Amino acid sequence: MSGMFTAIWSYRHFIVSSIRNDLRSRFARSKLGATWMILQPLAQVLIYSLVLSRIMVAKLPGIDSPYAYSIYLLAGMQAWSLFSEVVTRSLTVFVENGSMLKKIVFPRVCLPVVTLGSALVNNVLLFVVMMVVFVLLGHFPVSALLWMPLLMFVTAAFSLGLGLLMGVLNVFVRDVAQFMMVVLQLWFWLTPVVYMSSIIPEGLHSAMQLNPMYWIVAAYQDVLVYQHAPDLDGLLVVMVAAFILLACSLALFRKAAPDMVDVL
Amino acid sequence: MSAVVLQVRNVGKSFREYGSEWRRFGSWFGMRSPNVKDHWVLRNVSFAVHAGEALGIVGQNGAGKSTLLKIITGTLGATEGSVWASGRVAAILELGMGFDPDLTGRQNSEHVAGLMGFSRAEIRTLLPQIEAFAEVGAYFDEPVRTYSSGMQMRVAFSLATASRPDVLIVDEALAVGDAYFVHKCFKRIREFRDQGTTLLIVSHDKSAVQALCDRAIMIDRGCLVADGTPQEVLDFYNALISEKENSTVRQTRQEDGTAVTVSGTGEAVVDAIWLEDAAGNRVEFVGVGDRVDLVIRVRVDSALAQLVIGYVIRDRLGQAVFGTNSYYTNQVIVDAQAGDVFEFRARFAMNLGVGTYSLSVALSSTETHLVNNYEWRDLALVFTVANTQRTTFVGMSWMHPQITISARGRADPPDATQAGIHREPGTLENRS
Repeated sequence: MSGMFTAIWSYRHFIVSSIRNDLRSRFARSKLGATWMILQPLAQVLIYSLVLSRIMVAKLPGIDSPYAYSIYLLAGMQAWSLFSEVVTRSLTVFVENGSMLKKIVFPRVCLPVVTLGSALVNNVLLFVVMMVVFVLLGHFPVSALLWMPLLMFVTAAFSLGLGLLMGVLNVFVRDVAQFMMVVLQLWFWLTPVVYMSSIIPEGLHSAMQLNPMYWIVAAYQDVLVYQHAPDLDGLLVVMVAAFILLACSLALFRKAAPDMVDVL
Repeated sequence: MSAVVLQVRNVGKSFREYGSEWRRFGSWFGMRSPNVKDHWVLRNVSFAVHAGEALGIVGQNGAGKSTLLKIITGTLGATEGSVWASGRVAAILELGMGFDPDLTGRQNSEHVAGLMGFSRAEIRTLLPQIEAFAEVGAYFDEPVRTYSSGMQMRVAFSLATASRPDVLIVDEALAVGDAYFVHKCFKRIREFRDQGTTLLIVSHDKSAVQALCDRAIMIDRGCLVADGTPQEVLDFYNALISEKENSTVRQTRQEDGTAVTVSGTGEAVVDAIWLEDAAGNRVEFVGVGDRVDLVIRVRVDSALAQLVIGYVIRDRLGQAVFGTNSYYTNQVIVDAQAGDVFEFRARFAMNLGVGTYSLSVALSSTETHLVNNYEWRDLALVFTVANTQRTTFVGMSWMHPQITISARGRADPPDATQAGIHREPGTLENRS
């Protein structure tokens, strides 16, 4: 396992330049460039706000801003966009880079690292924009700045663990990616991003707590919306689970790597 | 002999097919699977390459050459056996791999050099050399999507060969590009070899293999079937691609150590072949520019609807100098009966440079020997061209120039420095 980390370290410049090229080429010939990266989640928030704010706003005790629901949505989206971007891109990263894997010798672990890195950069940019929007809406969650690195770290670890596992399996069984896209949609609606956990019937609460994303999204909302410390016990459990998942995924990746090139 | 730098030992590769993908997943954790289907694409391949040696690898499509190269490069794992290499192994398996069309040539070079494992400091020193060798001018800072394919190939090749590796693997990458750059590429590869780089070259380009390699191996259906001089192996290869049912390929060693390859189904065979001078005497030494007759006597052993006789004159390296056949000249023999004997006579002036030449003869039903190959005979005749009566000249062809030199008054001496032209003294390459 330590070999993987030395490989990543010696290829750090390649990883950095890959992330930069990824961002650069994604917006190379568009007029608005990187703005698109931010406009898309903002448009989604705007749509939900317009459609659902009347129904939802009453259910948000604790903040008295007229934009309370939009703020709540933005906080949840911040967590969910990182998760879904890492998972969706990890799913296809090996298949998309198949010809490179077959023809150039380089540490294969670089590919998921690049995916994670570029998703993190996107997410940080989204966070900056979100903070600007918060300020415009008269909301100043200053303490969030302290918590965000930890929250992003846990989210990234969990997403990469899941994404890498599914990405490796997808090389052999291509249904995995299709299946996961459906799962992600369902998962989004099973996690209180758009709605509040308070509207879930009491009997289903314990079931909801089995969802790691519930804890992550709740922590983002605690910090960004209600401006208090997240539930550290829950977060710690998720973090440990995320690390175990990531370690398993890396082990599987190491076992599967030689076979992967055969079937690509 | 110099040290071994690449050792391929008993390498085999099988693409495994599992009853279900679940069994494959299980196999990673040591589970044995009952119905694994092995598809061997390479088996029992062993050879060693020494420092500075150039090895050509030939074989038909799907013979397993690319798989072998990928295993040597390290992108593909061998199922059995081992590959050992000393020093840095670089592979040009596909030019332009990893290029992003929206990035400039410079950005792509920087990025892909990182992918090839160079450190940032190394890239900084290599980049000006890459730019200089590629000769794409200001385009180096333009997006790669605006490049012509030739330009992209220039940048990609410069990048791939930016630093001299200990083992360089080249896979048919040199077939593209303009003649000038192809020459430049070959020159660089030759320089690498002279400096001690071991070359592994896979190509269908016979002349490339002959010009660059000291040795060749042939892979057929996943096995190593021939290992010898490029000429021998390429003759064998040529014979094998024309191999049909009932056909045999025989390679026999002559007294002088060279190998003669004969293949074909045998409905028609070459009985005799010789060169005649203008006086009708059989000759082996021919003067430059002399008129000769090439005579090929063919015996038909079973009835044939069509019979085409063809020949190729090859130079010492096996490269074709001239070749034609009776299909091209509209002299196809039709309805030949068993027992017929034909004499093919080609009269021409021996306008070739000094040296030894060989003749390959083909008997077939059409213009290509791939359809019905009755007989294909390499080194059917070897002859020597000597310059006895002509003016001294170099090169592989006698062009019979009419040279006139006449005085045309006097001119001011040219001022080379003002014109800014840098002239190098003319040199004549002398290859041995």
